[in-house]
Amino acid sequence: MTPEKNIISPRQDSRGLDYSREIDSKDLVFVNIGPSHPAMHGTLRILAALSGETIVAAVAEMGYLHRGFEKECEMHPYQQCIPYTDRLNYVSAIMNNIGFARAVEKLCGITIPERARIIRVITAELNRIIDHLVCIGANLVDIGALTNFWYSFNVREKVYDILEKLCGARLTSNYIRIGGVARDLYDGFEKEVRSVCRDIVQAVSDIERLTENNRIFLDRTQNVGVISAEEAISSGWTGPTLRACGVAHDLRKAEPYYEYETYDFDVIVGTKGDTFDRIFVRMYEIKESIKIIDQALKRLAPGPVMTDDKRIALPPKIHVYGSIEGLMNHFKLIIHGITPPKGEVYDCTEASNGELGFHIVSDGTQYPYRVKCKSPSLMNYAAFARLVEGGMIADAIATLGSINIIAGELDR
Amino acid sequence: MDSLTFGAINIVVMAVVMWNIPLQFIPLMIWLERKGAAIIQDRIGPLRANIFGIRLFGLLHTIADAIKLLFKEDIIPNHVHRLYYVMAPFWSMTVALVPLMLIPIASPLQIGAHLFRFQVADYSSGLVLLFAITGLGVYGTFFAGWASNNKYSLLGSLRSSAQMISYELGMGLAIVAVLMAYQEISVSSIVEKQSGMMKLFHWVVPLPNWGIFLNPVAFVVFLVSAFAETNRTPFDLVEGESEIVAGYHTEYSSMKFALFFMAEYAHMVVASIVMATLFLGGYQIPYVTTEQLRHNSHYALCAILIIIALLCLIAGIIVYKRAKAYGMSFAEKLGKKEYFVISYLLFAAALMSIFLVPLVVQMRFAALPSQIIVAALQMMALFGKAMIFLWLYVHVRWTLPRFRYDQLMNLGWKILFPVSLLNIAITGIVISFT
Repeated sequence: MTPEKNIISPRQDSRGLDYSREIDSKDLVFVNIGPSHPAMHGTLRILAALSGETIVAAVAEMGYLHRGFEKECEMHPYQQCIPYTDRLNYVSAIMNNIGFARAVEKLCGITIPERARIIRVITAELNRIIDHLVCIGANLVDIGALTNFWYSFNVREKVYDILEKLCGARLTSNYIRIGGVARDLYDGFEKEVRSVCRDIVQAVSDIERLTENNRIFLDRTQNVGVISAEEAISSGWTGPTLRACGVAHDLRKAEPYYEYETYDFDVIVGTKGDTFDRIFVRMYEIKESIKIIDQALKRLAPGPVMTDDKRIALPPKIHVYGSIEGLMNHFKLIIHGITPPKGEVYDCTEASNGELGFHIVSDGTQYPYRVKCKSPSLMNYAAFARLVEGGMIADAIATLGSINIIAGELDR
Repeated sequence: MDSLTFGAINIVVMAVVMWNIPLQFIPLMIWLERKGAAIIQDRIGPLRANIFGIRLFGLLHTIADAIKLLFKEDIIPNHVHRLYYVMAPFWSMTVALVPLMLIPIASPLQIGAHLFRFQVADYSSGLVLLFAITGLGVYGTFFAGWASNNKYSLLGSLRSSAQMISYELGMGLAIVAVLMAYQEISVSSIVEKQSGMMKLFHWVVPLPNWGIFLNPVAFVVFLVSAFAETNRTPFDLVEGESEIVAGYHTEYSSMKFALFFMAEYAHMVVASIVMATLFLGGYQIPYVTTEQLRHNSHYALCAILIIIALLCLIAGIIVYKRAKAYGMSFAEKLGKKEYFVISYLLFAAALMSIFLVPLVVQMRFAALPSQIIVAALQMMALFGKAMIFLWLYVHVRWTLPRFRYDQLMNLGWKILFPVSLLNIAITGIVISFT
């Protein structure tokens, strides 16, 4: 069932892929996969022209979860934008917090205390683990291996328990503040993280054993949704999906931040850029993240978790209630907010799906003039239609799971 | 009573029994599937539904499901082809229940001059009829997909018909090799042939004379095809929910959906019993013939008692552990005690059956009671063997991913089909030398 030659991909046709064209092409069946479909993670839509089970042409559509994050930011003081970033990639909320907070800190030209940096590293890596676990679990469910979902989600639950204790919320944690973190670690954090890390290693190895040598799994994922390194780069792919193509690009190594260069961890690369590589790059990255967490926990030394810059950090409550300076400082920060100098800044971190960048233009007021979020999902999704053309429906579903599109981050 | 009346009564009685076997197995299987999944996936599994705190390990969930599905609105969308749409679930369910009528579940009883068969119809070409009937099952999904007038449903039913027809081929050819080995085509004589020890080139092999040992390749092909025929993982792409929503039953609701759901489980039960019959000696007990058992029926009764005692003991231990683990956390008063009471009852039953054993050993039974005892033991053997396959279905479902459509076709046509052809040839050569 190879696609017929005389069919031009409707994606390239000026008229586009449209239901009205179903009558023109008699051999094709047009199917809407999504926006409400069991396998579409979030609200994505693919309009696919099927010849039998083969997708001859596909158009990937986005925008069903657009909430105007960037516009919303323009109407909120900087520190109030942080909760909005939770809703970008809601699977790994703290990483978005960090991305935004870092950009604002760069704009203000401040550095955060060492303990805050290490806490950010630990929470970010925990979030990366969660994100990868969700991606692997959901992807395997899509190809029918349901049990792996529980193996990954059971430990994810334990990580969420820690995050809940740490910041009071599970999914949208809102933990990072501009200039540091919201509150210090609780007693016993280190012990709990270590025990969870052991569970995660166990869960990952369980999943690995169920999939690694499973003929059906290999057939379903190998050589499916292949993308070459050149094409991936020209599509703007970053993160695990790019590394699966064999490009060792990781911002934690390429442009280290938070002393990532001093941590001992490897950049995991794939060889082919197929679904199998993408799943296994994530699988091994979980282990690398655990290595980083382990080292970071050893470095934790007592100290402040917020910068002492009075323009940024809220004063301690004892000063607010005890001294006029503290009260005024608090009042100014709450009413006028953080006012970075005029200018613009772009800053990017290695989020779980790839390079998460924030471009902020400041006009010197407490509100950002413009915020632009460079989300990795958008780049990944842009190449998605090309990836699935020529494959079967089942391949499209397997591919979609492996590139881990988070609709919240895609549509913003 | 003349033989015609007796035969008619026999058929009616057995038809009711055989009709009920899969129907009774369905809730049990649904429960087993959920609990099995929970065990495999580190969860507790269904446990919430209760009547005044009595939970019965989640067995009540199946009843709750049935009630829910019965009371749901029965929607017939406007865009469907009404006749086929309504017909499809009934067709599926009926076809799923019929094949069991041809399977003997115990060796026949000699009541006076009459023979009471534990089988509705003992056709001389029973096996062919069996596969003819199961072959009709594809129409259920096919009608459903076509009548639903929905692209996803159509894709599902397309997959289904292609898959079932392809795998019927491998299945049928696997059966040909089995038929050649037994040189029989009637189901009851196939089962009778599987008693006693296996003979190969006039040597007695210390294995029961079962199809699985006579023709292992055919067994494997049949097993794989049976998974495909029942649309279970890894061949469940008919309803692969992540790809084509719910496949052919996307447009169905209420009891019509429930019928499809039940038909799937009924298919599994039937397939398991058929596999047990053809390859695991049916109701035969390994190493012992029916005659030997009937002469020593007191030992047969002992065996039944010991099996009951063992099952009760194992179940009792499991329940007691559960009672200790979380029985106390139930809010209801009855729920706190329920698991303990059940486990004590099970232990008591186990003790009772053990105490009965020395009494039973000294007893001697007349002809008819001993036949009934043996029949009971044989039924236990058959359903025990079927349970092995039923658990296999559950275990595989929660372990393997599903195939892609073309891979499925490759497996059916390029591997199973040639393998079973080759198997026929080899079986023929072996038979010609013996």
